[in-house]
Amino acid sequence: MKRITAAMALTATLLASAGFAHAEGELNIYNWGNYTSPEMIKKFEDQYKVKVTITDYDSNDTALAKVRQGGSGFDMVVPSQNYVPIWISEGLLLETDPSKMENFKNVAPEWTETDFDPGRKYTVPWAMGTVGTVVNTDVYKGDINTWGIIFDTPDELKGKVNVVPEMTDVIDAAVLYNGGTKCTGDLTILKKVRDTLVKAKPNWVAMEYGTIEKMGSGDFSASSDWNGSAFRQRLKNPAIHYGYPKEGFVNWSDNLAVLKDAKNVENAKLFQNFMMDPENAGMNSGFHRYANGIAGSDKFMPADMKGAPEIDVPKEFASLGVPSKTCPPEVQELYTKIWTELQK
Amino acid sequence: MPDAAGTIEAEKSRDIRKRWLLSLPALLIILLAASGPLLIVLVYSFLTPGPYGDVQWLPSLEGWISVVMEKDIFDGTFSIADAHVSIFVRSVVLSLVTTILTLLAGFPTAYFIATRPERTRELWLFLITIPFWTNLLIRTFAILEIIRNEGLINGLLLKFDLISGPIQMLFTDGAILTGMVYVYLPLMVLPLYASMEKLDFRLVEAGYDLYATPFKVLRKIVIPLVKPGIIAGSILVFIPALGAYVTPSILGGGKNLMLGNLIELQFGQGRNWPLGSALSITLMLIVMVALLAYVRNAGSQGSRHG
Repeated sequence: MKRITAAMALTATLLASAGFAHAEGELNIYNWGNYTSPEMIKKFEDQYKVKVTITDYDSNDTALAKVRQGGSGFDMVVPSQNYVPIWISEGLLLETDPSKMENFKNVAPEWTETDFDPGRKYTVPWAMGTVGTVVNTDVYKGDINTWGIIFDTPDELKGKVNVVPEMTDVIDAAVLYNGGTKCTGDLTILKKVRDTLVKAKPNWVAMEYGTIEKMGSGDFSASSDWNGSAFRQRLKNPAIHYGYPKEGFVNWSDNLAVLKDAKNVENAKLFQNFMMDPENAGMNSGFHRYANGIAGSDKFMPADMKGAPEIDVPKEFASLGVPSKTCPPEVQELYTKIWTELQK
Repeated sequence: MPDAAGTIEAEKSRDIRKRWLLSLPALLIILLAASGPLLIVLVYSFLTPGPYGDVQWLPSLEGWISVVMEKDIFDGTFSIADAHVSIFVRSVVLSLVTTILTLLAGFPTAYFIATRPERTRELWLFLITIPFWTNLLIRTFAILEIIRNEGLINGLLLKFDLISGPIQMLFTDGAILTGMVYVYLPLMVLPLYASMEKLDFRLVEAGYDLYATPFKVLRKIVIPLVKPGIIAGSILVFIPALGAYVTPSILGGGKNLMLGNLIELQFGQGRNWPLGSALSITLMLIVMVALLAYVRNAGSQGSRHG
């Protein structure tokens, strides 16, 4: 009996040690889902003998809420630029000073200095893109470079339009469509925005995130969407095109930062530096299909991304982009009220 | 005689003590895992929202007021929060219809199982539980695959030239109801069966012997006797349906908020945790009222048939 117990205890110990056996180090990354190239992670693991674990989140607010409660166990996070100032002011990020890292020289000039992280003291570019429209041009042949696709839906698309339910993106689009500026607190504009949205909604079939699959399968014929997602849809169906709304569209970026309560600070810094290497950034873009802000990384991207209209904003639209930024809390409250009313 | 009574008394109190001791672990878990978080929710509902989510420790009734009242953002007037009210009403109506439909489908099913020979009943019950083996999300996506525009039903209908273009079934109220009924049906069948199993079918025979029509037998004998099962099943379906979140958003396309989505919005993009907490407690109060109605109903039921 005793021997059996001893044997069991031994097995248990062996199992436990096998389960907890780690490489020389660990790194826990908290990132958006479907956004990290497994190949690129493998390369980092092999190069630095570090075991990387990736956990997904689906919105900036989820990530913020979870990390703020403390003890999340994550080392790194990838917030959008409009959230970076919140993360910094709430004291959640560690000042790693990427601008002094070896590979910082590779960061494209337009991304070395930013409003959301002055002097790049916390963050490294991960990916950037735009919010626009996707349309199946087999179904609709007209102009797709307008928010009218969503807010004044042409007859061919009625009942086939989806809207990705990112509250700020949708309301910002309606604000731009009504001639306002992003994060406006102007009630006359917001009233028009509310009316535009309420009037448009009966023509929508859904408000969902899963556009890549449902545009491909024909459940949707048009949607509001991000450019990288649009690119992946065009690869599935060449008739799907991305529109840059002439009323204006939002330019966004997501940025890699280290958390203040990170346990593996050194590995996290290594990873920030690693991500500014053109080869690694290019590899990552080949997976998530967005631009990455690292000069020279296009050499390492798949050939189909070169000159893709979703990735390189065509000249005539480039000036229409407005930067994504944090709306003040009182504007956020107005946005939430309009949003709730839209979905009542 | 007094001695014997005393022994019985002592035996009884020892028995009661033993029962309490045995249920102690469960009570502790309920106390720690249910009451604790609930208390936090209650406290949060009386605080001020932080600028970017979370709460500030300043007492405020704002959260509770905005559950039912809203200040119009355009003309500043106070009125009933019709957005919240219509979302509450939608959730309650959807749950009620789901309950009725599961009852209509579940009653004959349970009756069928209860009237099988004893040996095969277990097999039928076992078949009822099969859907539980698969995750809710996967079952919901399976329905999506069947009813979508290029799904099984539309594919077959198109193939045999019965329709000229796909019928829009996904993202409709019908799709939500189909999903909800499918998901919650077993929760209705099981308590109904438990009641029907105890039903003395000689009473049904007696009814027929006295020339009652089948409908009359159902109405006057079967339904009154299995009423506890009907009520238990209805509660088991109604309550989770009220908070349903996954099924309506996948099959309904998320165009209209349900209570669960409305609460989530406050903790996520809306950044109003006190309002979210107040809404959660309001939902619990609705459930509690439904349960109290049940307890009272069941109580009077007991005395009548006791």
